[in-house]
Amino acid sequence: MNEITQTRKPPVATTGILGWLRMNLFSNWINSLISLFVLYILIQFIPWILNWTIFAADFKYNFNGEEIINREMCSRVLDPENGGACWAIIYVRFYQFMYGFYPRDEVWRVNLSYIMLAVAVVPLLFDKFPFRKHFLKFTYVFPVIAFFLLNGGLGLESVSTNKWGGLLVTLVLGCTGIALAFPLGIILALGRRSNLPVISMMCTLFIEFIRGVPLITLLFFGMVMLPLFLPEGVNMDGLARVLVAVTLFQSAYMAEVIRGGLQAIPQGQYEAARSIGLSYWQMNMKVVLPQAIRISIPSIVNTSIGLFKDTTLVIIVGLLDLLGIGRGALADTTWLGLAYEVYFFVSLVFFIFTFAMSRYSLYLEKKLKTGINMGAD
Amino acid sequence: MSEDSIISLQNVNKWFGEFHVLKDVDLEVKKKERIVVCGPSGSGKSTMIRCINRLEEHQEGTIIVDGIELTGNLKNIDSVRKEVGMVFQQFNLFPHLSVKENITLAPIWVKKMPKAEAEELAMQQLEIVKIPEQADKYPGQLSGGQQQRVAIARSLAMKPNIMLFDEPTSALDPEMIKEVLDVMIDLAEGGMTMIVVTHEMGFAKTVADRMVFMDEGRIVEQAVPEKFFNNPESDRTKLFLSQILNH
Repeated sequence: MNEITQTRKPPVATTGILGWLRMNLFSNWINSLISLFVLYILIQFIPWILNWTIFAADFKYNFNGEEIINREMCSRVLDPENGGACWAIIYVRFYQFMYGFYPRDEVWRVNLSYIMLAVAVVPLLFDKFPFRKHFLKFTYVFPVIAFFLLNGGLGLESVSTNKWGGLLVTLVLGCTGIALAFPLGIILALGRRSNLPVISMMCTLFIEFIRGVPLITLLFFGMVMLPLFLPEGVNMDGLARVLVAVTLFQSAYMAEVIRGGLQAIPQGQYEAARSIGLSYWQMNMKVVLPQAIRISIPSIVNTSIGLFKDTTLVIIVGLLDLLGIGRGALADTTWLGLAYEVYFFVSLVFFIFTFAMSRYSLYLEKKLKTGINMGAD
Repeated sequence: MSEDSIISLQNVNKWFGEFHVLKDVDLEVKKKERIVVCGPSGSGKSTMIRCINRLEEHQEGTIIVDGIELTGNLKNIDSVRKEVGMVFQQFNLFPHLSVKENITLAPIWVKKMPKAEAEELAMQQLEIVKIPEQADKYPGQLSGGQQQRVAIARSLAMKPNIMLFDEPTSALDPEMIKEVLDVMIDLAEGGMTMIVVTHEMGFAKTVADRMVFMDEGRIVEQAVPEKFFNNPESDRTKLFLSQILNH
């Protein structure tokens, strides 16, 4: 090996922890100052937050060892100086937060649905999942199974949706909204770009109308006006009406996101697909959409996270989602004044789901970037 | 239309908005004939061959391909596209599919061929373009010349009777042009009907049965290569040839 091809190690100061610190935190005096300031804030607050939420907090018992059954027994009410969060309100009402007023004898049906949801979704998200093909078959039938499980029928006792609540309602609205809006959004996006003026105009009108209206308005529309459009005698379930509104809303946004992806596909892809004889649908399903959706993943996840959080608006039309149950708990006179705990808990649950979605989107982006070089050159 | 024509353009006119791109174009192509189309940029040569598989729509005149007239009838267009393969300047491979999947896509979905059979077919086509070892790579991992050869294989997999080439080597680095031209020469020798838009005059001299020179939307001159290069009739052709041959 001669001198020229020999590789040298990089200078010590640019590698290792010290190098990293120097490059990222203390590269010049402004950065150093900001780093120190941030460090100071973290040192001040992290112990305090940990103490309040965990170490000094009550879970089931207060510091006297008594089981907490009302707010007067919370440590932080008895001793405002030292007491932390009083999670007993969550503990006592945990069932409501998870299931609303779903009958206790039937709650296994909800739990089973949660488990099946995980089994249905995880293989969908990871393409290296073992036996993915077989799991995906289950993913397709899952909505039907879940519907009968949760709603009753086929020998199961019927549970009216006005007994549903908490995380159950949040998940039903979020998952169904996202799952239905996706294909609908694709169709709307293709429709808007269609060469047929009637179809393109109808899709554009629909998208622009829905996007121009606040979700709350659509929820009221679903609640109040939708029944007017139904034939007499047909009584549509309250949750279903809200679902229609949420799905329409989300599909309009999804359509615009996917349309953005479609616009990024070069004309040559369409021409090549056409020149080898693919039909319009084959061209879209096999060539154009896979690429367009790949490009739009960050925005798709973004609007999905948005919808998941927007489901809290259903409180306006009287459905009790996770936040609705939380507000109900706060209105209970035995627990009055524990707003921090309730909102913290509700935020945490939402955060877990949305953070998972955001991480998943990052994972996908990274995978698609390293896996396949999308550029032709 | 003469008896043995496989492609026939009669009095074809086309406009892009106000711009008159094709003016009274007449062209007859016989079976197994190899036509090379040349001309300055903007002369309508790409547009003309794109009309032949209806990637562009002509507004006046008739185009008949393999006995099928190109009209608004979608069924006709589909059957013509099955007969006619096309290779583009920018390759236009599908970047999300592997080389093999690029080639099997149309046989599987358009011809409803079983997957195993289509894959075997794909490997045969890759042998023809001399890159069977790249079957499982993605287009982004190949050189320009390799991508263009995959594009040719993709078209050939539909067993077309006619191949259209739209400046197939213009986007390639000089050292890759030859590998693509070699494949095209093999094809020509195998008896494929070809219309090639290109500026590769060496290729034209080797394989063309007839040269077609276009300028400003018209076919100015048609002749066998020997006459076209040595003794062209029109002044416009002479000027064009002197510009591309003497540099």
